[in-house]
Amino acid sequence: MPRAHRRRVVGAERVGPYTLLRLDRGPLDPGAPGQFFMLEAPGRPLPRPFSLCLAPPGELAFLIEPVGPGTEALCALEPGDEIRVVGPLGRGYRLDVARPLLVGGGIGIAPLPWLSQALGRPPAVLGFRTAAHAEAAALLPGAEVVVDPVLVTDGIPSGLDLLACGPEPMLRALAARWPEAQLAWEAPMACGYGACYGCAVRIDGELKRLCVEGPVLSGHRLVCHVPGPGRETCPKEAAA
Amino acid sequence: MLLNASGCLDALAAPDVARQLDAFVTKTITPLPREGNAPPRIAETAHGMLNAIGLANPGRERFLAEQLPRLLELGVPVWVSVGGFCAADYAETCAALDGVDGVAAVELNLSCPNVDEAADSAAEIVAACRAATRLSLYAKLSAAHPDVAAVARAVAQAGADGLSLVNTLRGIALDRALRPVLARGSGGLSGPSLKPLALSAVHACYAATGLPIVGMGGVQTGRDALELLACGARDVALGTVLFADPDAPRRVRAELHDAAAEAGVASPEDAFALAHASRKRPGKDGKRPSLNAPGALVRSAGRGPLEDASARARSLPRPAHGRAQARERRPRPAGAAEEGPQGGQGSDRADPR
Ligand SMILES: Cc1cc2nc3c(=O)[nH]c(=O)nc-3n(C[C@H](O)[C@H](O)[C@H](O)COP(=O)(O)OP(=O)(O)OC[C@H]3O[C@@H](n4cnc5c(N)ncnc54)[C@H](O)[C@@H]3O)c2cc1C
Ligand SMILES: Cc1cc2nc3c(=O)[nH]c(=O)nc-3n(C[C@H](O)[C@H](O)[C@H](O)COP(=O)(O)O)c2cc1C
Ligand code: FES
Repeated sequence: MPRAHRRRVVGAERVGPYTLLRLDRGPLDPGAPGQFFMLEAPGRPLPRPFSLCLAPPGELAFLIEPVGPGTEALCALEPGDEIRVVGPLGRGYRLDVARPLLVGGGIGIAPLPWLSQALGRPPAVLGFRTAAHAEAAALLPGAEVVVDPVLVTDGIPSGLDLLACGPEPMLRALAARWPEAQLAWEAPMACGYGACYGCAVRIDGELKRLCVEGPVLSGHRLVCHVPGPGRETCPKEAAA
Repeated sequence: MLLNASGCLDALAAPDVARQLDAFVTKTITPLPREGNAPPRIAETAHGMLNAIGLANPGRERFLAEQLPRLLELGVPVWVSVGGFCAADYAETCAALDGVDGVAAVELNLSCPNVDEAADSAAEIVAACRAATRLSLYAKLSAAHPDVAAVARAVAQAGADGLSLVNTLRGIALDRALRPVLARGSGGLSGPSLKPLALSAVHACYAATGLPIVGMGGVQTGRDALELLACGARDVALGTVLFADPDAPRRVRAELHDAAAEAGVASPEDAFALAHASRKRPGKDGKRPSLNAPGALVRSAGRGPLEDASARARSLPRPAHGRAQARERRPRPAGAAEEGPQGGQGSDRADPR
């Protein structure tokens, strides 16, 4: 059940272009890998969703890419600052997998370190835009790393249980080839706990709340962001 | 009394949040199921947000069969928000709710697509619903109408028991490439930017009707809630603030008492309608103001500053214990004006100024 907690920042370290924001854990439960927390973005009316990246003793750590006002405000936090935190929320990855392979694209690496720990450090492949972004791979020791124009989806062998997070085109490509892959999707979220209906996307053919059904869904439940301005048509929608 | 604003909480998804409230207000229910608008449906603005959810709801039938029974099990009085595209839509849902135990009130969302918020059409909807149910009817208005007090007067005459003020106002947000963020183009503005409009609407409608008012629009803190009470709201609803803070009901309730003390009033009840010129601050002249009905965040049975016995007799059902009162009511024929200011209720609707 969602409860708000004020938590103190204990660290904010740069990892390539990203920031690893570490909060004092207090009574918060880190939850299951793939679940997320709503973090207050200082100065903004709405909080922002972030997957838990790591759960060091007594802490919760989030990997944040500054892409707009909310993430920039979060990346500017300093030790001692306090923010409101709500979570863990949503449904994470199922851990009952026989031959896991973790797949991350860009900031999609965020939930994988915590997931990797839960699964006993399975193999992982990460793709990044630039070598600078690839510095984040340090959070997942032993992962295979590719940098654009090589794609993570290029060399994946068959017979593995995929657990992935990354940009939408990467998730779509995975869903098309691995309908059973567990994919962590994104949508704009105002509340993260089912209150606003703002995060509705097409899941199993119906508009459903991603924060309640997901964010992790198996590939065959393909998420379609119904085309809005500037959005491409979901292949499944186009075919229908 | 503290409620949630319609569409800003799913009590089944977050029962612990709903249990912090004195009553839970459902998302607006329409006769037929509605999938809602295409995403993106929300956009943040400098001091609030836009939403174009599109009244997504399971429709009347599924709501009554599947959701309402589960909502009633939560142990929180339920207000049902009713929407539609014509007066008959609203009235049919009201009729279906009429016999349902545990429904404490109906809120008529008069800011639905295709529904004109003009005084006469709003009154027509309220009158049709009045004839269809004995339940307490709250008419929910936006501040979009240039004379919201006139609309309030019209719905009061048509038999509304109370007002919910305010709904969202239409706005647009553009992305970096100057295209609308929302797939639908525009959406309803909520959050702190609405507060001054909400205060003004509550102030004007209280002065115009004396009806019990659920005030909402941009409440973030106990002080915000106190200001709505001071403008004439009996009860306060929390909307957008719930998204950032699911503990807001608990927090706002606690802050309210400190805010009252800081404002120099003994309790939140004593702040009721203080922003109106006719209300003297309690204590200054040695006696309490004429208000024997301290609002209901503010628990009271009265409906206005000049309440009389008849007003008390048909007073606002408080969800916690108001069902019995609501039950006593008889259905009235459509358009019956017996409850209008020209009837027995005239005196309690006088402008308190
Ligand atoms: C469940 C979930 C987990 C997430 N985990 C992480 C994480 O661990 N680390 C991280 O850095 N980010 C994560 N995100 C994304 C992050 O929440 C957004 O980047 C952030 O909300 C953007 O806020 P902003 O104010 O900085 O930018 P805004 O100004 O809100 O947005 C900047 C740009 O990003 C787009 N955008 C904003 N939010 C989203 C969204 N949710 N999905 C797709 N596009 C969006 C906007 O359209 C705009 O183009 C996650 C999102 C979700 C839904
Ligand atoms: C996401 C969202 C959905 C809403 N849905 C409804 C609705 O279904 N019916 C309704 O009457 N009002 C709806 N509203 C309006 C609110 O009930 C409220 O009137 C408005 O948001 C102002 O209050 P606030 O500033 O505290 O949010 C919605 C508001 C938001 C933000
Ligand atoms: S983010 Fe509010 S319902 Fe999902």
